[in-house]
Amino acid sequence: MAKIVFEEPDGTERAIDIASGQSIMEGAVRNGIVGIDADCGGACSCATCMVYVPEDWLARLPAKDSTEQSMLEFCPHVQANSRLSCQIQVSDALDGLRLKVPQSQQ
Amino acid sequence: MADPLVIIGAGQAASQLVASLAQDGFQGEICLVGDEPHLPYQRPPLSKKFLAGELALDRLYVKPAAFYEKAGSRLLLGQRAQRIDRAGRAVLLADGSRLPYSTLVLATGSRPRELPLPGAFYLRNIADVDAIRGQLAPGKSLVVIGGGYIGLELAAVAVKLGVAVTVLEQAPRLMARGVGPVVSQFYTRLHGEEGVVIRTGAMVRSLEGKRVVCEGARYDADIVVVGAGAVPNVELAREAGLAVEDGIVIDEQCRTDDASIYAIGDCASLHHDLAGRRLRLESVHNALEQARIAAAAICGRKPPAVQVPWFWTDQYDVKMQMAGLSADHDLAVVRGDAERGRSFAVFYLREGTLIAVDAINRAPEFMMSKQLIAERAKIDPARLGDESVAMKDMRN
Repeated sequence: MAKIVFEEPDGTERAIDIASGQSIMEGAVRNGIVGIDADCGGACSCATCMVYVPEDWLARLPAKDSTEQSMLEFCPHVQANSRLSCQIQVSDALDGLRLKVPQSQQ
Repeated sequence: MADPLVIIGAGQAASQLVASLAQDGFQGEICLVGDEPHLPYQRPPLSKKFLAGELALDRLYVKPAAFYEKAGSRLLLGQRAQRIDRAGRAVLLADGSRLPYSTLVLATGSRPRELPLPGAFYLRNIADVDAIRGQLAPGKSLVVIGGGYIGLELAAVAVKLGVAVTVLEQAPRLMARGVGPVVSQFYTRLHGEEGVVIRTGAMVRSLEGKRVVCEGARYDADIVVVGAGAVPNVELAREAGLAVEDGIVIDEQCRTDDASIYAIGDCASLHHDLAGRRLRLESVHNALEQARIAAAAICGRKPPAVQVPWFWTDQYDVKMQMAGLSADHDLAVVRGDAERGRSFAVFYLREGTLIAVDAINRAPEFMMSKQLIAERAKIDPARLGDESVAMKDMRN
């Protein structure tokens, strides 16, 4: 279980608890975090669950695979610190992670 | 107090509609009627990870029950809508109760096309998976009738579980409705490499007990599953006198010809500029998009722009992502090697304009093409086929 804070597009901050083993995307969608569309449900097929990760957290997350890397490369609002939240499994080690949701996933 | 907004159907379109209405500031009561006993759930994993036992039931649900309560919605699950009384603005349920509505949204989805083969199984909902899964054990045999997405995904899961699998497709090639011939050939090779027997041009005549009788051949199986496409659930709409052509006819706001009734998802037929005609699409993306459009329309907001339709299928270690509508192409260009390995893309062009892509383990091709298709970009076919030109440099 980890408490993860999301900054929604309008600046609202929301902290939610996500069970270990779920993806960050699943936790976000179940809790209605605004701006995480996640159209494909976590199949890494749509790149609509992108989030921005603070610099000091980037290296602490599980590494990107090549599909995630390529999907991200073509996301409209991608930044160097972007990740697809469906590809990050939650563990206790992620407690306290803060993520920013982009203005749009399109 | 005003009558509630009633949604008939409790699939992904309905769930997204509740979420989008909440986000768009909808204040009224929402009532969601679904004939399955489940909360809205994702259907794509039913023929993939959920079937394989790699995804638990609770992770199939799109949102927890508390979400719907918080959004001001009441769930009437395990309830079937029987009739729409448009004059009286009410939905009549199978249990005899009457549900008045201020706005009605039809999210009734589609159902498997049934074949006259008594004893065959279908794969559309959780109950279907429960019925099929017990039969998928090492040493068992499965015949899949229909070589479309669902049938092939089922075949891929089953053969990995040690089941002897035969797929019978009546068309000359697999997934003929959705992809081009190069891609069909690839999937025939892929399934062959994984140990699935594929028979195209197979005309199934009957099912005699557990024996599938084709013209010129017979196949014995422990279980027979039909995946022969889907038909839209339009009966309620038709009986209520709404315009129906294949799907329920809707305008760009997802409104039917009755201003207080909307239709979204698999059951709805919308004019797509990209195709230049009305289309009924069966996809998650379409369901979610139309839910977002309808929510915006209901709340008097500007609807989001219609995106390029896209689809995906996962079979073995192969993810195919498809964007656009390839049916009317006049040129197909292959990028990469379709005859060896498991990674290539096929681009479809019409009069020089990129209209669709089938990307096999090729995320960049898919992602970039989605943008180019939306822009109606004209791309030099030679460049598309040239792997030394990076996808991100493809805009010319």
